Amino acid sequence: MIYPRTTFIIVLLFFIISFTFACGGDNSSDRPSGQADSPEATLSEFELEHGIGPVTERIELSVEFDPDLVEKGRNIYEMKCEMCHNMEGRMVGPALGDIMERRSAEFVMNFILNPSGMVREHPVGQELLREYMTAMPFQNVQKDEARAIVEFLREYNELN
Amino acid sequence: MTNNRSKSLRGLLLAAGFIAMAAFIFTGCPSQQRMLDTGDAAQKVYVAPGEHDEYYGFFSGGYSGQLSVWGLPSTRLLRVIPVFSQDPETAYGYSEETKPLFETSYGFIPWDDSHHPHISQTNGNADGRWIFINANNTPRIARIDLATFDTKEILEIPNTGGNHASSFVTSNTEYVIGGTRFSIPYEEDLDVPIDSYSQEFRGALTFVAVDEETGRMDLDFQVVVPPYNYDLGRAGKGPSADWVFFTTYNTEEAHTMLEVNASRADKDFIAAINWRKAAQLVRDGHGSTMPGEYYHNYYIGKQGYAINDIKNGVTVLDTREIDEDFIYYLPTPKSPHGVDIDPTGEYIVGGGKLATVIPVHSFSRMLEAIENGDIIDRIDGIPVLDYDSTIIGEVENPGLGPLHTEFDGQGYAYTSVYISSEIVKWSLETFEVVDRIDAYYSIGHLLITAGDNVNPEPRYMIGLTKTAKDRYLPTGPKQNHPAQLYDISGGRMQLLKDFPTIGEPHYAQAIRADKIVDRVAQIYEMEENDHPHAIRRIVDNRIEREGNVVRIFMGSTRSHFRPDNIEGIRVGDTVYVHLTNFEQEWDVVHGIAIKGANNSEILVAPGQTKTMKWEPTRTGIYPFYCTAFCSALHQEMQGYIRVSAADSDVPLTWRTGTN
Ligand code: HEC
Ligand SMILES: [Cu+2]
Repeated sequence: MIYPRTTFIIVLLFFIISFTFACGGDNSSDRPSGQADSPEATLSEFELEHGIGPVTERIELSVEFDPDLVEKGRNIYEMKCEMCHNMEGRMVGPALGDIMERRSAEFVMNFILNPSGMVREHPVGQELLREYMTAMPFQNVQKDEARAIVEFLREYNELN
Repeated sequence: MTNNRSKSLRGLLLAAGFIAMAAFIFTGCPSQQRMLDTGDAAQKVYVAPGEHDEYYGFFSGGYSGQLSVWGLPSTRLLRVIPVFSQDPETAYGYSEETKPLFETSYGFIPWDDSHHPHISQTNGNADGRWIFINANNTPRIARIDLATFDTKEILEIPNTGGNHASSFVTSNTEYVIGGTRFSIPYEEDLDVPIDSYSQEFRGALTFVAVDEETGRMDLDFQVVVPPYNYDLGRAGKGPSADWVFFTTYNTEEAHTMLEVNASRADKDFIAAINWRKAAQLVRDGHGSTMPGEYYHNYYIGKQGYAINDIKNGVTVLDTREIDEDFIYYLPTPKSPHGVDIDPTGEYIVGGGKLATVIPVHSFSRMLEAIENGDIIDRIDGIPVLDYDSTIIGEVENPGLGPLHTEFDGQGYAYTSVYISSEIVKWSLETFEVVDRIDAYYSIGHLLITAGDNVNPEPRYMIGLTKTAKDRYLPTGPKQNHPAQLYDISGGRMQLLKDFPTIGEPHYAQAIRADKIVDRVAQIYEMEENDHPHAIRRIVDNRIEREGNVVRIFMGSTRSHFRPDNIEGIRVGDTVYVHLTNFEQEWDVVHGIAIKGANNSEILVAPGQTKTMKWEPTRTGIYPFYCTAFCSALHQEMQGYIRVSAADSDVPLTWRTGTN
């Protein structure tokens, strides 16, 4: 009596479960994964060079620095970055005095705007996280503010 | 039985299977399929890991003085918001910013008994902006901001003994009300014999205006009434929105052994007050000013120290002195406890604690009775209406000791019944009981999702019970109070879950989560930090000495403090550590604890500044560290403070990062 009914239910459950979970799903989490598929394979040319994030094309940089933008960038940098970065020498994160020689403006902006994505998905970010062992946080900086920080860092690099 | 159950189980599974299959075929991969509904209680309360509950439940902590926040239907505890009691975990009541919230005209009070949380309303529905809660013992009302889930304001209520009939709001949060449980001499600090009760004692009903934009409270006026006990209150809705209702007991005016002496009369009263008219009388100059000191504690800016705004005097309307009628007594059997207004605003339901029926008054009949002058008496100028002209129904067989009623908006009322420990469901059309279910054990208040709203949501009901006895693993002679979650979406009430809570969950409210989640803050924005002792640039970290007062302006980020090596503090100094958390990432908190400090730790949310006061009494080296597990290098987040003798000349120095 009981037996066939139970089997029936089990078979039904099996169907429900297999249909419901057939797809798995995108279980992306905030966890940086060192052993993911080689990211180079999936990143575009642009992303490899200029980072992953909201900046997806080259931006224009003037030869002359914009003093207002530099000032704005300095203020944000002092409030939201300076406790972790020195201009010279390692601190919580890498020195930023020469960052504009080492990286493109777009790369720096993407690092500011999408730090967790950068250390998770970008080979440079993954390497940096392994070295510094602290994940740089998103500091609630908007795109135009990130642009201003870039201007400040460019000027610093030029003058020092 | 078994046969039927497994048949219906099979049916459900079949249906579920088809739905899953159909979903698969028609929509491809469902990314986050919600759990399938079955009749099974476990499924109904199951919220999968990472999924969110549908409702926030706000439960008062009763004698814990706090407010706990739960996800419903999972009954997961989300947070405990400290309100009237100090909380060393968060430094609430220990940090310099929050200590002023605890000041009263009686001094600093570290505890109270919080009873009735009530969410601010717009058009008679909870809007999720603020939640108010009363302190019973030393009468106060607190306002909690539901953007940060923090207590932002505490207002002391003068001339009141036991602010129990509180803190219910009117339909558009024009007012939040208070009422005195104990009548006391109205004149402050009056030293009279207790026997002078009937001559010297008075009751006070309080109307606190709420600023539409900021939520800031302001004690607008009190109504002075005869010396009864005022138990509970509620605002009207829709047609009755201009009115509030209070229950009274002890119309016998007993002041000893109330258990017996206040239970003699057949009927006590529900007081109906037209608050709009009362407010107009105040505006027209009918009030008088009574002296009375009370504290109003709140923050001026977004951050900083709460202030003590000390008030003197309150405007009162005394029914003995005002000719115009704005308050009426509705005779109601017998020591009524709750007074609850149905969603249409028409039915005024009394919880006749000692009565054998649940009395239901009609608001429209009340207005007619007033119009027709169906007045049987006047007490201190207050018209007493004729019972038969206001009553519209008496619910028979409600069980023993009906207390509180909530409504489902579908024509049914649910009343908690204390002595027989059950909930009865009855019809607002026939006034007959249609269903009843047990409570475990001795139920006080109950809630329905979006209850006490114009549009309640008949999904869940929670019974708030007073003793756990054998329900869970035993934890000694005193156990936590329980609550039960019921499903009321079908025809019959169904118990889903039974769970222990915090303190005494006295009353609670539940609001759909989507009315709150979008306004919840994730950080305090650095740009907006207006704390007078914040540092906004890390290079500004420093120490200032003025006489014996030393201020350490410290910054924190994962995983260090600046400064972290400090010398030149002396025994006898009063040290203020102003810690600004420079993080701008959600939920990344830093704390600080100093060895030997006679204080709690302080926890500082991202972008926030908080202050620990420390008075070192011994020389030596004092380690301090971050109490929050903030990062992988959390254990490195530490520092040293050197404390020298009172007369030492060690200079004040500070540094970070140079060994
Ligand atoms: C809590 C510390 C912290 C804060 C605050 C912080 N950073 Fe970083 N930053 C790091 C760390 C650590 C790394 C290395 C990558 C990692 O581990 O996440 C890093 C990496 C970087 C890089 C990439 C460096 C390279 O060599 O490519 C840039 C650019 C950068 N940060 C800029 C900023 C700016 C601009 C701000 C302020 C908006 C900022 N950081 C705020 C810790 C921080
Ligand atoms: Cu920390």
